[in-house]
Parts: sequence; C-alpha cells; structure tokens
Amino acid sequence: MKKSKFASLFLASSLLVGMLAGCAAGEEGSSSKGSESSSANGGETIKIGANLELSGAVASYGTSEADAIDLAVEEINADGGIDGKKIELIKVDNKSDAAEATSAAIKLTSQDKVVAIIGAATSGASVAQVQIATDTKTPMISPSGTSTTVTVGDDGKVNPFTFRTAFIDPFQGTVAANFASNELKVKTAAVYADNASDYAKGLAASFIKDFEAAGGTIVAEESYVAKDTDFRSTLTRIKSSNPEFVFIPGYYEEVGLIVKQARELGINVPLMGADGWDSPTIVDLAGADALNNTFIITAYSADDPDGKAKAFAESFNKKYGKEPNSFNALGYDSVYLLKDAIERAGSTDGTKIKEAIEATDQLELVTGLYSVDENHHPIKSAVIIEFVDGKQVFNTKVNP
Amino acid sequence: MEWLQQLINGISLGSIYALIALGYTMVYGIIKLINFAHGDVFMVGSFIGFYSITVFGLGFFPALILSMASCALFGVIIERIAYKRLRNATRIAALITAIGVSLLIEYGVIYIRGAQPEAYPNIFSNKSFEFLGAQISIQSVLILSVSVVLMILLQFIVHKTKTGKAMRAVSHDVEAAKLMGINVDNTISATFAIGSALAGAAGVIFGVYYTKIDPLMGVIPGLKAFVAAVLGGIGIIPGAMVGGLVLGVVETIVSALGFSLWRDAAAFIILILILIFRPSGIFGKNTREKV
Repeated sequence: MKKSKFASLFLASSLLVGMLAGCAAGEEGSSSKGSESSSANGGETIKIGANLELSGAVASYGTSEADAIDLAVEEINADGGIDGKKIELIKVDNKSDAAEATSAAIKLTSQDKVVAIIGAATSGASVAQVQIATDTKTPMISPSGTSTTVTVGDDGKVNPFTFRTAFIDPFQGTVAANFASNELKVKTAAVYADNASDYAKGLAASFIKDFEAAGGTIVAEESYVAKDTDFRSTLTRIKSSNPEFVFIPGYYEEVGLIVKQARELGINVPLMGADGWDSPTIVDLAGADALNNTFIITAYSADDPDGKAKAFAESFNKKYGKEPNSFNALGYDSVYLLKDAIERAGSTDGTKIKEAIEATDQLELVTGLYSVDENHHPIKSAVIIEFVDGKQVFNTKVNP
Repeated sequence: MEWLQQLINGISLGSIYALIALGYTMVYGIIKLINFAHGDVFMVGSFIGFYSITVFGLGFFPALILSMASCALFGVIIERIAYKRLRNATRIAALITAIGVSLLIEYGVIYIRGAQPEAYPNIFSNKSFEFLGAQISIQSVLILSVSVVLMILLQFIVHKTKTGKAMRAVSHDVEAAKLMGINVDNTISATFAIGSALAGAAGVIFGVYYTKIDPLMGVIPGLKAFVAAVLGGIGIIPGAMVGGLVLGVVETIVSALGFSLWRDAAAFIILILILIFRPSGIFGKNTREKV
C-alpha cells in the first residue's frame, strides 16, 4: 500500500515536471508562431476532460453522465463553441475505482492539458482527484458526488478547485422545510428519522432548523432504527401531537412500512421524505393508496414543465431514444456551468475559471437555478415529486 | 384515547410473539431443548404463505393452512434429522445443533431465493374503523381473532385429546411415559409438528400485518419470543401466551413514552431481571432440581 502510494506520488511529480516543461515549450512555440493565438493556452479548441465511471461497479452513473456531456458539448459546438472556440472533450474511464480516478486525473492534467475536469460521478472517485486538481490548479466539477468531503477536506478547509453540480444531502432538509412552510403552508410538523443513518440525521437536523426559522413548530421528534418493522406505537405517539405534516428522512425499506402503518392509524396529513424513498419497492411496501399525499425530493424530473428542462428532455430523447434521468441532467448541467464560468472569466486560466464558478449566481440550468456557497456546495432548485396512485408525478420546483 | 390505541398496538404485536413463544415452550417442555431454529421455521412459514398467495393465487385462509401444514412437516423433519440422535447427548450439544440448524435454514433460504426482501400482497383492505377514538384496522381484528382461535385450539389439543395427554405425560416423566406404553418418538414429533405449525401461522400473520418479509426476519422475533417464553415460565403453555402479550405491551409502552430506541433493550432487560429474580417465570413453580 505504502509502496504504491510513493510510486504514484513519484509518477505524479515526474509527470508534473514534464507538464511544466511541455507548457514552457508550448508557449515558446506559440509566441514564435505569432498572432494566430490570443489566449494563454494558445489552442483553437478548449480541452475539457471527463473523468467518469464508464466501466465497473457503478458504470451506469458514469455512462449516463457521459451521454449527457456528449450531448451538451455537441450543442455548444454547433452553436459556435465558447467565445468562438470549439470544445474538445477528452473522456477517460476511471473503472469505478478511486486509484484509477487519480491516474485518470493525472493523465488529463499532464498529457492532455485540459482546462477543467468534469467528474467523477461518485464521491469516492471525486475525492481521489481533489489533490491533483488543487496541485495543477485545474477546476473540477463533480456532477453527482453528494458527500461533503468532495469539496471540503477533512480539516474543514474548502478544496479550492473542486465544485459540484448536485446538492448535498442535508440541503434536502432545507428544501423540505421550505416546501412545507411555503407551499403546503403548515405550521406544525413532526420528524421521524432513522437514528442509524447519518444521512437521515443530517436531513432531520437541517429540516428542524429551517422549519423553525420559517416560523413553524416541531411538535414531535422521534426516531427509529433501520430493520425495525413495528412503528405503530411511535406513530400513535406522533398522531397524538397532531402535526399537520410529518417529515420522514430514511430509506424506502422502512419508510414503506411507516407510511402504511401511519395511514392505518389515521395519520392522513402530508408525509414527506427525500431521495432515500426513491425506489419502486416503496409502492409494494406501502401500497399505492397509502402513498397518496406523500412527497419526495429529487434533483430532476423528466416531467418538469420548465422551458430549459423540457428542451433538454426533448433533445436527449431525440439523440438517445429514452427519457433522461437525474444523472443525465446533472452531467449536462456540469458542462453548461463550466461554459458559463469560462465565458465570464474570459480566459481558460484555471484560477480565473475557479473564481468565475465561485461567483456563479442564479445560473439557469436544467436542474434549476444554481449558485455556489462558501463551501462550494450548490444552493439550487429542487424538484418535488408527489406520489399519485403509486406513480411519481411532478409537483413543483422549489427555488432557493 | 391514545392509550387504548397503544394497547391495541401492543396486543397485536404480543399475539405474534405469543404464537412463536408457544412453539419454544412446548419443545422445551418435552425435551428440554431451546430450539433456536424455531424463529426460522417462522420465517419459512411466512415465505410459504407469500408464495402460495402470489404464485398459486390462494386466499388468506388456504395460504395459512398450507403454511401451517408445511411447517408442521418441516418441524418434524428437523427433529428427526438434527435432534433425535442427540436426545441422550448433553444439552449444550443439542443447543449448539439448534443454532447450526437455524443458520442452515437462514442461509439456505438466501441461497435459494436471494436475500432481497419481499412485500406481502394486500389481501385485506386497508380500511380501519374508529372504536372509542382508536383506529382499528380490519387486519388487526382478523389477526387477533386468528391468534385467539389457534390458542384455544392448542389448549383443546393439549387437554382433551390423547396426543395432548401423551405430550403432558412425556413432559412430566419420559421414562414413566415409556413404561405406560406411550410412543415417545411419535409424541415428540407431534410436539414439533404443532409448535412449528403455530410458528408458520405466526409467519403468515406477520407478513400480512407488517408487509415486509426477508430471510433473516426470524432472528429478532425468535429471540423476543424466547424472552416471552422465559417470562411466562418456559415449558408452561399459558405462560407463553401471557408472556408474549406482556412483552408486546411493554415494548409498546416503552415506545409510547418516547423511548422508541430503547424498545429492544427493554425486552432483554426483562429477560435479565426475570432470570435474576424469578428464573421459573410468572407461572413457574419453584421446584427443586431433579438429581
């Protein structure tokens, strides 16, 4: 283990040296060639790297994003490119492996000299590239890495060149609180969270904070443990506190049973959860009837009637013959987020692009309005899906 | 009215524990073996019920009876293969075998059909009616009545039939029963058959009431039922029923007071307290160990 780490460090540093040498040579070359190049990189194309899981355990995430990235690049190039320069996309397969993701990032930054990297789809493979991105001052955007560690290091410092397109998990608690107080206009809520998962606890904490900040009251705060099957006694307790709304962050296996038992006990108020509910199994467990008047949060819905989302769904369908999923939408958005930043930076210099991404304010993307906070976490729209007779139906889009 | 609702929740949960506990206690009463595979017979019963409803399209009662019959057979097979030859071995050897059988059944089922959970189909409507302010679903009424009927049937078998008489005789004194011409092997098999059939019924009821079933679902209810059996006095049939109901209600009360995370702990704290202060259980008499 140690040996291979040293070896890869050695490899990385030698490649870096090579890259610097290459850069210098390139600059000399371009200056001698004369006027045809104006920007720092001196090419006619803008090279963007895609470091994705194209094979291996989570290949479906990576390939979904790659498809959408291809589509976005095609559209931008057909439209004249970025500042008149075409995008040249260089895709590398990280084989769903963190070590491969690191070497893919080294290849992209040193051999291909990309101006920015899109990827990886998973948090683990994204974290594996952070060091390379920081060292080479190459901005990277992870389309779907939701762990906070992608953009914030273990020491609590923000990784300066790392960004993400998807919202982080606790943000969904904020969205649920906004939806409950602004759209459903409820004043009291109960929270019933899975005590064994950090995901659920994070969501519950942010929901409580934001719901109370919006003037609501939390009337009951209960928890369960994953693998439980009997929730009736706690639900009876929740019912007696008469909430107008129940927030249940957790995963579908338990939530399906909770929803069913809650309805049996006569808890007929709206129930809400997050992306942990998103599985066809929940309909089998809870029953389509019991699931009526329940809501979940996702990043993207193909039924979103918003103009941009609609146009994306149509062109994606035309190219690939299927409905886009949220990985498609996030991959697509990552390209446009980068395009916007490069245009505003007016340069392909890594540090300038990074500053431009940091300054992104309410950028209109397929998955909604996008801004970046000081931890490089997005503040963005989320889609609320309602279950109607066991089908997921687009309900509304909550803007930040 | 919250308390009435909680009481109903507790009795529903407790009646499932009681049905499983009966099998534990009957087997213990007769061969002094804690049959840890019992929770897994419960699981197998649940799956048999599930497949007979979804694949063969049977109704609730035919599925219940099919599951009980198959589990009875299954219980007898387990006894004949795994426990019979250990009847004169040390009790620890039989106990370890029981744990082995339990693991074999659990992972055998996973090998055959995978570990993914299954959702029981909705056989009864989700409708519920109000009674003194508590919501009672038609399911829970049906489940309660099925459990009560099965317990009455069991009392009848044990006290009014020849098999029941033989079972009581064997549990009292194996050697004397043998001398009186009772076929001990058959009686033990009958005990396993009846106990396993009750576990099978509990499995189907559990599936209907709690929807989700999976190959490891028998572990926790099995342990809880064991606690219930000890609580009532292991080896004593009415003790298992009362123990199951008490345990169900206690767990519900713990959750109702807002300590839902302590619910499982409460069950095992009861076990520890019972073993310290009244090892023979609520219904047990303090008898001297036979030497």
